[in-house]
Amino acid sequence: MPPKTLYDKIWDAHLVTPETDAPAILYIDLHLVHEVTTPQAFEGLRGRGLKVRRTDRTIATMDHSIPTISRSLSSVDSQAADQVRRLESNCREFGVQLFGMDDRRQGIVHVIGPELGLTQPGQTIVCGDSHTSTHGALGALAFGIGTTEVEQVLASQCLLSRKSKNFAVEFDGALRPGVTAKDMVLALIGQIGTGGATAHVLEYKGSAIRSLDMESRMTICNMSIEAGARAGLVAPDETTFQYVSGREYAPKPKDGAWDRALAKWKALPSDQDAVYDRTVRIDVNSLEPVITFGTNPGMSIPITGHVPDPSNTADSSARARLEGALKYMDLKPGQQLLGHRVDVVFIGSCTNSRLSDLRSAAGVMRGRKVNPAVRVLVVPGSQEVKRQAEAEGLDRIFKDAGAQWREPGCSMCIAMNGDQLEPGQSSVSTSNRNFEGRQGRGGRTFLASPLTAAATAIEGHIADVRSLGGF
Amino acid sequence: MKFERFSSQAVFLNRENIDTDQIIPARFLKVTDKIGLGSALFTDWRSDPAFVLNTPAAATAKILVSGANFGCGSSREHAVWALWGFGFRAVIAPSFADIFRQNALKNGLLPIVVNAPTIATLPADALFTVDLLDQTLSVDGDTRILFPIDSFSKTCLLEGLDELGYILKHEAAIAAFEKAGTRA
Ligand code: SF4
Repeated sequence: MPPKTLYDKIWDAHLVTPETDAPAILYIDLHLVHEVTTPQAFEGLRGRGLKVRRTDRTIATMDHSIPTISRSLSSVDSQAADQVRRLESNCREFGVQLFGMDDRRQGIVHVIGPELGLTQPGQTIVCGDSHTSTHGALGALAFGIGTTEVEQVLASQCLLSRKSKNFAVEFDGALRPGVTAKDMVLALIGQIGTGGATAHVLEYKGSAIRSLDMESRMTICNMSIEAGARAGLVAPDETTFQYVSGREYAPKPKDGAWDRALAKWKALPSDQDAVYDRTVRIDVNSLEPVITFGTNPGMSIPITGHVPDPSNTADSSARARLEGALKYMDLKPGQQLLGHRVDVVFIGSCTNSRLSDLRSAAGVMRGRKVNPAVRVLVVPGSQEVKRQAEAEGLDRIFKDAGAQWREPGCSMCIAMNGDQLEPGQSSVSTSNRNFEGRQGRGGRTFLASPLTAAATAIEGHIADVRSLGGF
Repeated sequence: MKFERFSSQAVFLNRENIDTDQIIPARFLKVTDKIGLGSALFTDWRSDPAFVLNTPAAATAKILVSGANFGCGSSREHAVWALWGFGFRAVIAPSFADIFRQNALKNGLLPIVVNAPTIATLPADALFTVDLLDQTLSVDGDTRILFPIDSFSKTCLLEGLDELGYILKHEAAIAAFEKAGTRA
């Protein structure tokens, strides 16, 4: 047998029919559902008189348009409230399990999947959301789909799919203090570009990946889509198994279920001599904290660096792109970002709203006050994260510092629920997209790690956490 | 709905990496149906009166021409519904983001891949003809550009084939797969 990659193995194990002239029919183990991309899909089922084929493999929650100020729908607009109610009624009608707004398991869909043990190595996972790639951190093939595909999976538990290419990303070395997984993935996207991994599945490998905890691996896999990849994967190892073990939906020791699962999972990593269509190597020893300056996640610099000068760019379309981005961001060619004033700091989103993210932000804010000119939102990724953070007293640290401590949801990552920037305002945000208007019309987003975000909150301008300490 | 040959003028958006947040910002994603999103297409860019989509010619154009990596970002199918709602039936670009491309094909919006140097030669005021059967793009009736598309997507578009119907025809294979329980 020819050697296989992790991706090859998961793909092959889920083929209902192989790829020919027609795409393969791929079986889906877990389908995650949220309020924004599904009303039209349920409507489609209704129109065809179809039911949800596997309600035991379908889990719904609400995250995108729900309020995070309180759990009362009166604090969002009527359309958003409608959408939430529509998800409730669709789940009731079709028998889908819903972790509703008041459920202890509610949270951002990509936070709760791993947290509840729903996400497991070797699975195929889809969701009508591009950051489904997050779940790849556990060695699951997980990717975002559109609403028509959501309808197809609801009805058939299958998807038409063509195989992507294998792309290895080797991160080697050891991170220096103050540098995180977020900086690693921003550096990667900066290097290969936002379309750099289109039509590929990324597999993150190397010593720097092996030494990361699961939540950091999730941060990296989360942003695979920002490089255009179909999915991102990390081979499961002891760190993965320990993480999954004992979670609510994980296989239980009883009747040997856990041991059987473990045996399967241990066979998943790519074969020694597996061949990749492309490989990129990044040495993290000298990596600095990274921050974006532009209007896509590929436009980034080291925190101490200078914004590029378009006049140094030979290619005319790249120059125009850069000029457009600087104009939108209101930045000058060659300027430093350190010291640049921001109005808002957002700590949250499926990229960086887990307990470890909140711990690192709290470490910086402990015993300090946020600059009064900055509005600081800390939005935990799930009810469980919120409970644990409160049990550790992190909420007190944030509140004492003058930050807002919110209910779980997507919040200012996507600005659908009223949490947003005003035109012309800028933010340092731990989320994943800095597209024009992403955090509110006319808003300007600088993407960075929770450490950089916390340091910025304290200083009132973009800051290097390494000069502050506390991490 | 079957994809028919058509002729139209084109709108040129000379920009790479046009993301789905530009095509339709998230605040328009609170709808629960697919129709009526054409008015929200590129809404923030359209606040500039000089923006190309505000020109009278754009109102009847069925083709959008863009830079590389069109449709990157979110999985929102609303982006395709908005393009369709505005009247577009094809987008020409050097490359497309994977999820956008899938969403487009499933809604009868044809993603046409043409390399950047060739796009640069397309005359702004020409009448373009898109012929999916021949896989050609004609400019003012002559210059013909061949474009690629996989045979399955082509058949689905030309015959208006329903993908879910196609999957469900494989019910026996799906049931057999579930029974075998080979998945992790
Ligand atoms: S947190 Fe942001 S990126 Fe993640 S699912 Fe929510 S809206 Fe999407």
